[in-house]
Amino acid sequence: MNKLSLFDLLALVIHRDLLLALRRRADVLTTLVFFVMVVSLFPLGVGPEPEVLRKMAAGVVWVAALLSSMLSLARMFSADYLDGTLEQMLIAPQSLSVLVFGKILAHWILSGLPLVFIAPVLGLQFGMSFQSLWVLILVLLLGTPILSMIGAIGAALTLGLRGGGVLVSLLVLPLCIPVLIFGTGAVEAVNTGITIIPNVSLLAAMFLFALVFTPWVTAQALRISME
Amino acid sequence: MTIHWFKYAAPTTFYGLAGKLIPFFAWPSAILFVAGIYFGFFVAPTDAVQSEAYRIMFIHVPVSILSMFIYLIMAGYAALGLIFKTRLSSMMASALAPTGAIFAFIALWSGALWGKPMWGAWWVWDARLTSELILLFLYLGFIALQASIDDPRRADRAGALLAIVGSVNVPIIYFSVKWWNTLHQGSTIKFSDTSMHVAMKQALFLMMAACWLYTIAITLVRVRSIILERERNTQWVSELEEVRS
Repeated sequence: MNKLSLFDLLALVIHRDLLLALRRRADVLTTLVFFVMVVSLFPLGVGPEPEVLRKMAAGVVWVAALLSSMLSLARMFSADYLDGTLEQMLIAPQSLSVLVFGKILAHWILSGLPLVFIAPVLGLQFGMSFQSLWVLILVLLLGTPILSMIGAIGAALTLGLRGGGVLVSLLVLPLCIPVLIFGTGAVEAVNTGITIIPNVSLLAAMFLFALVFTPWVTAQALRISME
Repeated sequence: MTIHWFKYAAPTTFYGLAGKLIPFFAWPSAILFVAGIYFGFFVAPTDAVQSEAYRIMFIHVPVSILSMFIYLIMAGYAALGLIFKTRLSSMMASALAPTGAIFAFIALWSGALWGKPMWGAWWVWDARLTSELILLFLYLGFIALQASIDDPRRADRAGALLAIVGSVNVPIIYFSVKWWNTLHQGSTIKFSDTSMHVAMKQALFLMMAACWLYTIAITLVRVRSIILERERNTQWVSELEEVRS
């Protein structure tokens, strides 16, 4: 067997996961529909006053993004766990962290990236200005990968447990609060006319921090769950 | 004489030691608690600004401090258990979690009771209140994760990883909540730096010590139960007096 470079390995895992998702498109779409639905429920709940809606738009989008990313977390490893692929990954000579990182990236492409594209449309429904929409796209681009990365730890820890879906939300949601705060903070900042740099920088710092540590921690969690 | 430092790291030997130690923590805790309540509610003078309502501080402050501190101790024990595979450390972590969660809950509850007369609201989205609430969530997550795993070894290690990730996250959460709060509005009430009356300090100190000792005592009680539960199939447990009778 010829030696795989890390990038080949990464590309291989991502390609495989995307291909699998493409064969079961409904799974991906449900998450997206759920996101749109949750966001649309808020105006019905709080009333249609444009001023109120504009103020809470970013928060609503972020909370909905958080919830819908929780929804798809349980699927991150479970199919591979059930058919034994995960076991093969664990005993593979390649680094488990890189394999896990590939899976996290694939998860983000399937559940985070679509939200980034659809969020501006929903933002328009809430009467957001174009300027704040751009900021929303930027922070979602930075923030949704963090949700996938932190979520991966929870998904790995709860692998194969009863009630895994609810449990993973219970574990992961408190850890995601900073993302929510800085994500909405940036949009709020642009709305009130102050600089978005602090919020975006903090979000970027969290992104890098998570990028370095979470694949490794997730790999450890998988080893704990699989032994 | 050589000292066997790790003798009591084995659940077998620690079980007996913990049983002997419990009264030395439980009784002083009870006595200090009664004394603290007496000093706090009858001896300490009425506060100039907050009148009688401030007296809830004697419950609120110790449990709030301990609820945060217990999380760190718990994460520390959990990390020890994960790194050195010492079973007792993991059991200690599981034994500490319920106390921490209860303290966090009492801190929130007593804070609400204190907030109503002082701030005019049961709850304000103050940075400290919010982070205490998140701390309670972290405890509940830890307990829920361990409760849903049947294999104790996996439960220990999974819980440990979660506790470590949580403790790395605690400062991030704390500062994010703090900045979020200051971004929205200034803190509604600031505690003035008036020097505390000596009797108040004494009462607070007594209550603090009582809560510490209570935590140690109840953790030892709980860890004994956990040891019994996990080692129930071993010879030494079946030979214990309390098990045979």
